[in-house]
Amino acid sequence: MNSDLPALHIKGLTKAYDNGFQALKGVDLDVMPGDFFALLGPNGAGKSTIIGIISSLVRKTSGLVSVFGHDIDRDFPRAKKDVGVVPQEFNFNQFEKVFDIVVTQAGYYGLPRKLAEQRAEKYLRRLGLWDKQDQRSRMLSGGMKRRLMIARALVHEPRLLILDEPTAGVDIELRRSLWDFLREINEQGTTIILTTHYLEEAESLCRRIAIIDQGLITQDTTTRELLAQLDKEVFVIDTREALESCPQLDGYGTQLIDSHSFEVVVEKGQSLNDLFAPLTARGIHVSSLRNKANRLEELFLSLVNGGSPSADSPPTTSGLKEGGP
Amino acid sequence: MSAREQWIAFLTLMVKEIRRFTRIWQQTLLPPAITIALYFVIFGTLIGPRIGSMSGFTYMEFVVPGLIMLAVITNSFGNVVSSFFGSKFAGNIEELLVSPTPNYIILSGYVLGGVTRGLTVGFIVTLLSLFFTKLQIQHWGVTIAVVILTSVLFSLAGLINAVYAKNFDDISIIPTFVLTPLTYLGGVFYSVSLLPEFWQKVSLLNPVLYMVNAFRYGLLGVSDIDVRWAFLMLSCVIAGLFIFSLHLLKNGKNLRS
Repeated sequence: MNSDLPALHIKGLTKAYDNGFQALKGVDLDVMPGDFFALLGPNGAGKSTIIGIISSLVRKTSGLVSVFGHDIDRDFPRAKKDVGVVPQEFNFNQFEKVFDIVVTQAGYYGLPRKLAEQRAEKYLRRLGLWDKQDQRSRMLSGGMKRRLMIARALVHEPRLLILDEPTAGVDIELRRSLWDFLREINEQGTTIILTTHYLEEAESLCRRIAIIDQGLITQDTTTRELLAQLDKEVFVIDTREALESCPQLDGYGTQLIDSHSFEVVVEKGQSLNDLFAPLTARGIHVSSLRNKANRLEELFLSLVNGGSPSADSPPTTSGLKEGGP
Repeated sequence: MSAREQWIAFLTLMVKEIRRFTRIWQQTLLPPAITIALYFVIFGTLIGPRIGSMSGFTYMEFVVPGLIMLAVITNSFGNVVSSFFGSKFAGNIEELLVSPTPNYIILSGYVLGGVTRGLTVGFIVTLLSLFFTKLQIQHWGVTIAVVILTSVLFSLAGLINAVYAKNFDDISIIPTFVLTPLTYLGGVFYSVSLLPEFWQKVSLLNPVLYMVNAFRYGLLGVSDIDVRWAFLMLSCVIAGLFIFSLHLLKNGKNLRS
C-alpha cells in the first residue's frame, strides 16, 4: 500500500436529499495518514452527511470518495475495512451484553471468534469497560455507552477512525480521559477525524482543522495557521482589590465587568507583558488572567458568520457549548 | 471480503439471531406452543370427534399438519419482521450496514434465523401433537423439504415487510390482514374439497393452500392439490422474494438516506 495515498480523499462530493435539501455542494477534502483532523461546522453544515457517505449510510449524489486509495464506488467493502465509525447517537442493541456487542461487530468484519474475543478484551480494558463485559448495555452510564461505541468501532483495528461528536454529553473527567486515549491511538498510527461542538477539543487534539458551512469547506488548514488568523483576543483580568472604575490602558481597549474583574482586548502584535506594568503602577494586583472565549470558538463564529476574524466577533459562545472549566 | 470472512460474518449474524429468540423464549417459543396446544384440545379433542373423518382421517389427524404449518409460517415471518425492524428502529442495523458484510449474507443470516425459529416452534408443536394423536410420516423427504421451503419463504416475506415498515403498526398489518386470512383459509382446518366449486378455484390462488397440502401429503399421504405444483410454486416465489429482498438491501430502501 502506497503510504502517500490520503487516508481519506474527497473530490467534488455533493449530496441532495430526497426532499431537495442540498447538504453538500461540492466538498473537496484530503486527510493524510496519521492526521488528527477536526471537521467543524454549525448544525446542518454537512458534517454528518460526509460521515454517513464514508460509512455507506448515506448515498452520495456525485463526487469521488476513497479511503486509503480504495474508491467507494469500485470497492466499498475493502474501503469499509479501513474505517471505524463512532456515531453521534447510541445505536447498539440495548439488550445485548457489552462483550457480545463488540465481538459481534468483529464478526461482521470477518474476524475469527478467538481473535474477536481477544480484541474485545483489549479494547474494553483500554476503555475501562472490562468489568462491565457481562452487563446489558442499557445498564451502562452515558459515558460508558460512549466508550463502548469507541471499542466497537476499533475492534477490527481500522486505519481511519471517524468520531461524530465523541464527547457530547460526557463529563469533563471522562472527556479528558477520552482525549488521552484518542491521542494514544493516533500516536500508534490511527488516522482520526472528529466532528465536535467542543471547539476546545479540536484546538487541543487536532493538528488540522476543516470548517464546513452550508455544504462547502470554507477553511482547511493546520490548527496553528487557523489560529494565526485571529488578530485580537479578549482576556478577563481578575483583581485582588475592588475596582472603582475600569482601568484605562494605553493601546488596549478595556471594559469593566464587575468590581473585581475587567476585560481587555489584546490585538495581534501586542504583548500581554505590557499590561502588567501600568496596572502595578496603579496599585492593581492581578490575581488571575483568562481568555474570555475559546480562541478557536471566536474564530469559528466569525468564519461561519461570514465576517473576517478581526471583525467584531462576539467573545461569547452563543450556540456552542463551553468545552472545559 | 474473502469467502472465509463472509462465512464468519454469516455465522455471526445467524448466531446473534438465534440467541435473540432463545433469550426471550417466553415471548417467542412458549406462546405459539400454548396457542397450538389449545387448538389441539379444542378442535382435536372437543370438537373433532363431532366433525367425523376428513379425507379418510380423524379430524385430529387431519388438522395436525395444518397447525404445524400455521406455527412455522407465523413464527418464521414474525421472527424476521420483528428482529429486522427492531434493529432498524433502534439503529443497530447500522452495525451491519457499515461493515463490509455483503447484502446476500445479511439476507441469509436473517432468513436462517427465521427458519431456525420456525422449525424450532414447528418441532415443539409436533412433539405436543403426539399427546393427542399418533404421527406416521408417509414421505420424509417431502415433509422436510416443504417445511423448510415454507419457512424460508415466510422469512423472506418478513424481511420485506420489515424493510418497508416505518413504525410498529406496519409490522402488524401484514400478519393481521394478509397472513392470518391466507393461513386460515389455506386448508389448515378443512379440505378445500368441502367448498363449493367456485370457492375451490378461488382457494387455488392462495399460496398457503399449496404449502399446507404438500406438508399434509408428506405426513398423511393425502392432498387437495398436486404436490409438484406446490414445489414449483415454493421455488418460484422464494427465488422472486430473494431477488427482491436483495434489490431492497442494495438500494438501501428505508435503510440508507
